[in-house]
Amino acid sequence: MKRVVITGIGVAAPGGWGKSAFWKLLTDGRSATRRISFFDPSGFRSQIAAECDFDPRAQGFTEREIRRIDRAAQLAVCSAREAIEDSGIDLAAHDPGRMSVSLGSATGATTGLENEYAILSDNGKKWLLDAEHGVPQLFDYFVPSSLAAEVAWAVGAEGQVTVISSGCTSGLDSIGHGQELIREGSADIVIAGATDAPISPITVACFDAIMATSPRNETPETASRPFDRTRNGFVLAEGAAVLVLEELSSAYRRGAHVYAEITGFASRCNAHHMTGLRRDGREMSEAINSAMRQACLSSEEIDYVNAHGSGTKQNDLHETAALKTSLGEHAYRVPISSIKSMVGHSLGAIGSIEIAACALAIERSVVPPTANLNDPDPDCDLDYVPLVARPARLRSVLSVASGFGGFQSAMILRTPSPVIAR
Amino acid sequence: MKHVVTGLGIATPVGLGVDEHWKSVLGGINGIRHLERFDPGRYRCQLAGQITSFVDADHVPGRLLPQTDRVTRLAIAAADWALADAEVKVDESTEYRIGVVTSNASGGFEFTQREIQKLWHDFPTPVSAYQSFAWFYAVNTGQISIRHGIRGHSGVVVTGQAGGLDAIGQARRQLLGGMDIMVTGGMEAPLSPFGLVSHLTTGDLSDSLDADMAYLPFDPRAAGYVPGEGGAILILETEASARRRGIDRWYGEIAGYAATFDPKPGSPRPSTYRTAMRSALADADLEPSDVDVVFADGTGTPAGDLAESAAISDVFGPHGVPVTVPKTMTGRMLAGSPAVDVANALLAIRDGVIPPTINTERATSTHQLDLVIGDPRRTNPRTALVLARGRHGFNSALVVKGCDAG
Repeated sequence: MKRVVITGIGVAAPGGWGKSAFWKLLTDGRSATRRISFFDPSGFRSQIAAECDFDPRAQGFTEREIRRIDRAAQLAVCSAREAIEDSGIDLAAHDPGRMSVSLGSATGATTGLENEYAILSDNGKKWLLDAEHGVPQLFDYFVPSSLAAEVAWAVGAEGQVTVISSGCTSGLDSIGHGQELIREGSADIVIAGATDAPISPITVACFDAIMATSPRNETPETASRPFDRTRNGFVLAEGAAVLVLEELSSAYRRGAHVYAEITGFASRCNAHHMTGLRRDGREMSEAINSAMRQACLSSEEIDYVNAHGSGTKQNDLHETAALKTSLGEHAYRVPISSIKSMVGHSLGAIGSIEIAACALAIERSVVPPTANLNDPDPDCDLDYVPLVARPARLRSVLSVASGFGGFQSAMILRTPSPVIAR
Repeated sequence: MKHVVTGLGIATPVGLGVDEHWKSVLGGINGIRHLERFDPGRYRCQLAGQITSFVDADHVPGRLLPQTDRVTRLAIAAADWALADAEVKVDESTEYRIGVVTSNASGGFEFTQREIQKLWHDFPTPVSAYQSFAWFYAVNTGQISIRHGIRGHSGVVVTGQAGGLDAIGQARRQLLGGMDIMVTGGMEAPLSPFGLVSHLTTGDLSDSLDADMAYLPFDPRAAGYVPGEGGAILILETEASARRRGIDRWYGEIAGYAATFDPKPGSPRPSTYRTAMRSALADADLEPSDVDVVFADGTGTPAGDLAESAAISDVFGPHGVPVTVPKTMTGRMLAGSPAVDVANALLAIRDGVIPPTINTERATSTHQLDLVIGDPRRTNPRTALVLARGRHGFNSALVVKGCDAG
């Protein structure tokens, strides 16, 4: 079985552009959530989000591309470019047929779809839409596979190209899929990550309808407070992260900087409810156990847990229970944090953003904190690294994700091994 | 390790369930007709492959009706049929050994169009509490797992029309990774006004108002495609798992799979469609000469047809293998179509007969294809290659073998 390493990281997250600004935000413990600026959110229950300050022109997109390519794809393409540059890989020297793209997204081209819908329906007046006003790229928005196509075109990939869309676990699952492609020998290089740009009226409205998002509109920067007694929902966000994945020995052969090795991944269904979670966290625990078995790791060896930590009442209890089940007494000792407290919950994208954070945490020996955790929930009684980043030597890191539909995923990264495999 | 298909659930415009669908396909029944779901009078294209006999309440519990789009109702029904067909019992000893991977190219968009319309027209009236999950592309996997208590590997792939094969390829990976049984396939219901208008903007829909003249892949008169709704769910498992359960008969085997992506339009680099075909055959340890029938993608546009026939001729030689496009009877059902073609291929192998391509009267000579037209061809096929292409450049190929083939 081939081994898979991360050699490049690109991040488009709220609170600063690019990987470095992202890491600074995390280690400063600042929150990038604010009142929604993309449209007037008055009248919605939750009027806050974590938005990317992103200027597509400054990123080199032409006016035609800006019109044609949905925002989620733009964010992904930018992150892919940053990741490739970061990896130092010369893609021209590689067979395009051995390069794949695995891109996660929960909501696809929502922004493009809704904007066009508003035009074609005359702001919701017409059920039978005006076809004559349909832009040529409407079908691209209708089928979100177009997102991965844009990334594949940008990097010149001709191997398997896929959108993985398993809701809020998409970002872990897409990297997991990318890892599988290298392990089984289908690809040498995988551009793997996830993107979502869901800050539009329909997405805000659908989470309003089930009160999943925080209505703390007066102080948006403190609204995302995972594991806090006063938490009242997640804060919607957008963003993307893309990684360059390579086979370990060829990465070392070309002298690549290796951030981390992906040693374990598993995904499970809870078969319980489309939005509800079982209090005992059994299926998330099952995913964690399976990922640890794959990584040949015992629970005591995990040095940091990057939590799903969405900040909804039920998630944080569910996840705490799952960690206790899987890690036993070690759950009380290992540092656990949720970066959603700072960059919000960008649905399918966040899993990849969190893996980027884990890889950087390993590289830089720092655990990012959980911001806004001032009043710990007595039922969430683990070490969630409140407020302040913590230096720590990290060898193995666990990241988990949980999403609507009952999806539960877990991934394990470990510090790069200096030994070249076989 | 063999990966065998032990159950099928099919919902298409020509039939609900394996028997009804297959009888229609062998009979060359055309399921394309004038759109009935809404009045398409104002649109250039007014035809679709529609499922008209599916009574939602007969197949889906009443509790699920307010929370599901049509695509999910069809997927739930097809999964029920497939699991029953395979006699799979999910219990505490097996729940983590069974998983679900489905594909759905466009989500639950009829439901969503209704909710977006409400939001934009009646704001601040709240949208449905179910909108958050009735729409997203993961809904079918989630609902199927909940309905049957399936707790193993879960996943969702979205690659346009190619998704139906990619889901099955991904499910097969999970069997290699330790799962025993996977519920997999593709389902699509894109016939909302928004869905039709989205298809229209591609410029690739047929203008014809004559249902027998609208979708004619490889025909000299080919001028576009007709959209359709439907799909298939398959039960894929390791041979060892089937035997452990006391099952000793199955439809056939998924023996090989590969997917590629084409260079950006305008690039001088060639299409990678051939590579997908060759890699899938290599994965199955087969030569092109081992293949008895190809289920083609059959875009129905002159350029798409030409690209496909050239690729097939390159791999198999001119007129080198019987080729068929039974989706001429159902319309192109996005991610649903290739899953149905895999089911068609398994049934063709079971019954020793290649289902026909309808509407197309003859293949243009430049295509150099041995197209199976009109009547089914009784040539006892044992090995089939199923092809699918998604808009933007997605190419997938999957090899289906009979129980006794090599």
